[in-house]
Amino acid sequence: MSESIKPLFRKIAHSTFAIIIAVFAFASTAYAQPDGKALFQSNCASCHNPIKDATGPALQGVSARVPSKEWLHNWVHNSGGLIAKGDPYANKVYKDWGMIPMTPFPNLTNEEIDAIIDYVEAYAPPAPPTAPTGGAAAEGAAKENTWLYTAITLILLVFTIILWRINHALRRVANEKEGITNQKDIPIYRNKVFIALAAILVFIGAGYWVVNGSVEMGRQQNYIPKQPIFYSHKVHAGINQINCLYCHAGAEKSKQAMIPSTNVCMNCHKQINEYTGEQLYNMEGEAVNGTEEIQKLYEYAGWNPEKKDYNRDANGSILAKPVEWVKIHNLPDHVYFNHSQHVAVGKVACQRCHGGIQEMDEVFQFSSLSMGWCINCHRETEVQFADNNYYSIFEKYHEEIKSGKRTGVTVEDIGGTECQKCHY
Amino acid sequence: MSQKQYWKGLEELKDTAANREVVENEFKEDLPFDLGGKLLDATTPRRDFLKYLGFSTAAATLAASCEMPVRKAIPYAIKPEEITPGVANYYASSFADGGDYCAIVIKNRDGRPIKIEGNAKSSITQGGTSARVQASVLNLYDNARLRQPYAEGKEVTFEGIDRSVKAGLASANGETYILTSTIISPTTKDVIAKFIAKYPNAKHVVYDPISYSGMLLANEASYGTRALPSYHFDKAQTIVSLGADFLGTWLSPIEFAKQYSKGRKISAKNPVLSRHYQVEPTHTITGAKADMRATCRPSQMGRVAAALYQAVVNGTKANLGSDKLNETVNKAAADLKKGNGLVVCGVNDMDIQLIVNAINANIGANGTTINWAVKSNYKQGIDSDIVALTQAMNAGSVGALLMHGVNPVYDYFDGKKFADGLKKVAVTVSFADRMDETAQQCKYVVPDHHYLENWGDAEPKTGYYSLQQPGIAPLFKTRAFQDSLLTWADAGTTYGDLWKTYWMERLGGQSNFDKALQDGVIEPAGEMPMGGVAFAGNADGAMSVALSAKAAEGKELVVYQKVSIGYGGAWSNNPWLQEMPDPITKATWDNYLCVSPKTAKDWDEELTSITQVVNAKRVVKITAANGQTVELPIVVVPGMHNDVVAIAVGYGRDAKVGMAARSGKDKWGKDVGGKNAYPFVGFNGKTFSYSTPVTLEKTANTYEVAITQAHHSYEDRPIIHEYTLEEFKKDPQHLLNKRKTELEHYTHLPWEHEGGSHETGVAAVHTGEGGHAGADNWEDDFRKNGTLYPVHDAPGIHWGMSIDLNSCIGCGACVVGCQAENNVSVVGKTHVLKAQEMHWIRIDRYFSGMPEDPDSIQTVFQPMMCQHCDNAPCENVCPVSATNHSSEGLNQMAYNRCIGTKYCANNCPYKVRHFNWMDWNGADSFADNLYEDYRRDDMTSDLTRMVLNPDVTVRSRGVMEKCTFCVQRLQDAKLAAKKAGRPLADGEARTACQTACPTDAILFGNINDKSSAIYKLRREEQKERVNYVLESIHTLPNINYLSIIRNTDVIVAGDEKLDGIYNKHI
Repeated sequence: MSESIKPLFRKIAHSTFAIIIAVFAFASTAYAQPDGKALFQSNCASCHNPIKDATGPALQGVSARVPSKEWLHNWVHNSGGLIAKGDPYANKVYKDWGMIPMTPFPNLTNEEIDAIIDYVEAYAPPAPPTAPTGGAAAEGAAKENTWLYTAITLILLVFTIILWRINHALRRVANEKEGITNQKDIPIYRNKVFIALAAILVFIGAGYWVVNGSVEMGRQQNYIPKQPIFYSHKVHAGINQINCLYCHAGAEKSKQAMIPSTNVCMNCHKQINEYTGEQLYNMEGEAVNGTEEIQKLYEYAGWNPEKKDYNRDANGSILAKPVEWVKIHNLPDHVYFNHSQHVAVGKVACQRCHGGIQEMDEVFQFSSLSMGWCINCHRETEVQFADNNYYSIFEKYHEEIKSGKRTGVTVEDIGGTECQKCHY
Repeated sequence: MSQKQYWKGLEELKDTAANREVVENEFKEDLPFDLGGKLLDATTPRRDFLKYLGFSTAAATLAASCEMPVRKAIPYAIKPEEITPGVANYYASSFADGGDYCAIVIKNRDGRPIKIEGNAKSSITQGGTSARVQASVLNLYDNARLRQPYAEGKEVTFEGIDRSVKAGLASANGETYILTSTIISPTTKDVIAKFIAKYPNAKHVVYDPISYSGMLLANEASYGTRALPSYHFDKAQTIVSLGADFLGTWLSPIEFAKQYSKGRKISAKNPVLSRHYQVEPTHTITGAKADMRATCRPSQMGRVAAALYQAVVNGTKANLGSDKLNETVNKAAADLKKGNGLVVCGVNDMDIQLIVNAINANIGANGTTINWAVKSNYKQGIDSDIVALTQAMNAGSVGALLMHGVNPVYDYFDGKKFADGLKKVAVTVSFADRMDETAQQCKYVVPDHHYLENWGDAEPKTGYYSLQQPGIAPLFKTRAFQDSLLTWADAGTTYGDLWKTYWMERLGGQSNFDKALQDGVIEPAGEMPMGGVAFAGNADGAMSVALSAKAAEGKELVVYQKVSIGYGGAWSNNPWLQEMPDPITKATWDNYLCVSPKTAKDWDEELTSITQVVNAKRVVKITAANGQTVELPIVVVPGMHNDVVAIAVGYGRDAKVGMAARSGKDKWGKDVGGKNAYPFVGFNGKTFSYSTPVTLEKTANTYEVAITQAHHSYEDRPIIHEYTLEEFKKDPQHLLNKRKTELEHYTHLPWEHEGGSHETGVAAVHTGEGGHAGADNWEDDFRKNGTLYPVHDAPGIHWGMSIDLNSCIGCGACVVGCQAENNVSVVGKTHVLKAQEMHWIRIDRYFSGMPEDPDSIQTVFQPMMCQHCDNAPCENVCPVSATNHSSEGLNQMAYNRCIGTKYCANNCPYKVRHFNWMDWNGADSFADNLYEDYRRDDMTSDLTRMVLNPDVTVRSRGVMEKCTFCVQRLQDAKLAAKKAGRPLADGEARTACQTACPTDAILFGNINDKSSAIYKLRREEQKERVNYVLESIHTLPNINYLSIIRNTDVIVAGDEKLDGIYNKHI
């Protein structure tokens, strides 16, 4: 018995231990588990789709296809090595996919590769998006409220006037009864005080309108034009987390942030030929078909999605034409603005001026781009005084910081509000 | 010493009433209102006022009610990797125009060249440029450029023209000639050789309109080689120039200016100067820089050379009929004998050049200052060749003529004969970029690329190469001249391939090739090798020819090149160059007859042309011995020989050369554009001669010449400080002490006790102990205590500039460089006449001496631009604070704040502010508001506007503007430093005038940086020479000047009576 108990006990002990180990192991892997989705999107998505062939094959079912897990690890780390070694399956894949070697990813750990594969295998295409929600309805309600308030105000105003007239008439009647002579009624439009007051009010109002109008001239805050392609920053920068500088590479180097040329778009959109995300809506609330918008890009880029190649002319040049975007942020010609000064030197986030660009389906002008707006920021923002050695020449300020007289140096302190920093 | 009187013109010297008026009325035009004192009696003042008011209100309303236009942002479809929009790219290249050479760097913004800089990697031009090099980028966008090939006046395709030309060449009845200007490109010579191999009866003739045949032939006779040596003005202690304008127009002025300036840099520690003698008939900028200058007739030059030779060889004293001339020759000979001498001569005459060779050989110049080990290739034309060609053409023995880079119908002395000859040639081809005078007479015109559109190379000196890289794809349907020749020779290659193969083979491999392309130049390592050569010429024979030449009687005419326009060519149609004031005459847009003040006076003292107050100049009829006549207005130039008159070439162009170049009647029937002076050139059987006896005849007509001389007058205030070398050596502290004495009163506050620090300062200065603690304090004290206004603080950078007047040669490269960099407007002749030119930097030219005696004239140049005063008078008077001070010491001008009151210009003691009276550039918001002036109007065309710098605002009508110290460059340099996270290095921020300067006269930097060159210059190295213009009025300029030190015995003053004017002011 005891003998039988013993093994049983042992068995239980063993399995308990195993379970504990397993639980611990699972727990630890759960904590350190690489995020397969994120890894896939940042490393693989530019050439692979989980369920569709792109530059590389569709990845779902890959674990079943390949000879072994180790093989897959080796392939991802250095596919060229496998091919060179004469691995038959590697060479087959290489040949089947147009002799284009896969970019090696030596930095990915085996666990990370496994996580990617797990994500891919579990991937299910997103369900078709649902109809728009109550946002618009709420907005509608807000609009109705405004009407209501206006109506009530108007009615109350009319009541006030009527009551005042009644009061006025009653007083006249009462005066007559009590024998007090009523003053002759001067119509309001001939009342000198009233005319003077009205004139002053009109003058102030018109002056305010003219001055404000002139000040606002040429400003376009909230400008949200219709673009030739419905390009959603929300989808790209928000949902898919593409770095702003990937497309707007000039922001670090040049005065212009640079709108990417179509060949930059095609780096990704050679593969991504359909939109599968949430349903998109434009400003008017109409549904936008993302896949059709990608087709528009192909039109501009001269890409033939069937042949998976560019249309070329006789000399082999790609038949691409530029997209004529509508410029949203317009500074007058007499203003010099340099993106790299702000992005590379000032370390200012894009959103500081452009707003929550990652939330915008259609981009609008977030800031007023007025001179007052610029100046305010220059007054408040501190420069990278201690970190950038350029500022070492401002000995006076360094001493003041040391002696505690000053905590930081604003853009204004180094001359950032002077005319010829922006106007020349 | 500085008691010397300087004057810009005779009107200032004599201080005429008319001149007073001009000086006092800074804005020459009355306002368009008739308000003269009696407001109510004036003709319709109220209505006028209401009209203007109404217009502005309506305009404002219109502007306000307009909707914002929809603007497009169009990216590249496929972006080239090397281009980042908004960031300039730089490409090394070469400028070569008929042998005029400069190593350059092209600044490209968003695919188009917008500025030319010098390439410092070249040991020849060493980063220097000239006005023409700077302006060459504008020629790229010239509206007159041909847009496709033409055959018999009709537009054709290249295929069509290739067929007809090939057929023509195959069936040509007679010899085939390729006529070009000097070619310094080795691959182009290859191409021509290939063409000649295909057509063995073809000959290559080289023709230079401004010829150096005399030198080439003399060198052949003296040294057995038909070539030009390299000159080393930097190694010369004594420079004698007989009519050679080597700083302005002679041979390779950029190279020589750079070398020359090295011998003209001087400091109190090292008071050594080269000595420069100049004998010339006219007044050139080289003459202006000379330490000793004398004038002679051009026909006398042979005798002068002979006298110099005899003085050098035998010690014979010169006897040339003029004391100053004799003295100059004798002294020059004495100095030349001391060694390290160099004699150059600008006369295109073989015998005179032979004598000069003999002198140079005698003084041992060969091998020390003249280098025969490295030959110069700048000029190769032999005059008799084209004369023979013209004869052959007229005789009907020429079957085909291909012309590149030449325009003989205009610039050959007998252009008419050449044109007649052309008619007898069956196949005539011009590769001209425009329908110039010769192209119009040719059957085929196959336009060549602009040099900024084409690959190429240059070999300015033997073994010194320079690659030419395009900055832009061809704008029009043009084709490289070399490609045309290769096509017609069935060479089966393109010039691009041939060029690349040539250089790949020579340089051996891609990496060497890439490096050479990036550097722009390929040069042997180390110093340039030096070598002499033995003189084997017949000096005596040349002497006897020179001495037997009869001196001309009466007046002699000299045909000369302007520094700006040069020999003509495409430069005539360059509005920047047309509006650049001539360094000596200060005239723009025209050519004219230069005469000495005495000549003008002898005719008629009341002639309007004596002074420059009146624009209308008397027109004179000039008749040469060969029967050529021309009528031109006269312009008085002090320093001209009294029997010499001069006319510049490059004017009197055909209408098809371009809008700015054209002469004849303009839209309103006014005469414009000057006259052609080339017909006055003579041919003596061997060489062209650029002088001829003439008779002059006064006419009843007058003609307006736009001269900037009387504009922006300093009204005799002493602003230039000039010393002889002896004076400077004896008392280098003189200027420093003088400044100190003048300012002493203001260095302390009245209630502070006298003495103290500044007393020790005086002591330190007197004893020359520069390092004494108190020595420099008086300047700071003056800054602080000399004003009621608060002193501007410059916590980081404080920009400062120094201009060395000893180095400045007045060439105008900075003027055009500034214009290109800062979108400075071209206003046209009409507005220059009204003193409304817009140049941000001008070069004031002052004469001193007696006007009647040309030999007594000494001339100085002073570049003048905004002084960026730290206590600026303009800032205090601006009602809207549109001009104010920056924390970096810049006097800022915010155009969009400016309301155009012009108070600032009125209050500027330096007169450097310019008001936009018109919309010069089409920048106005209102359409159809463009200013039209006929000759300058190309500047507003879309093509020409491609030259504008996108980093600089294009100013519109109604605002003031002035030098900004190239703030866009300063900001750019600062940004680069910030991005790299390091302090700004000295010399990183350079202004456009500084980079353009061929003599390094301009230094710029941060005076807060104690290790900077500008700080050291002001406080240590040059503190004895530093001075500020009008320092005593406490404007605290950020530009300092360095005094002029002339290596001469005496600084010529005017006569004492006139010197009195000096005392009247300040």
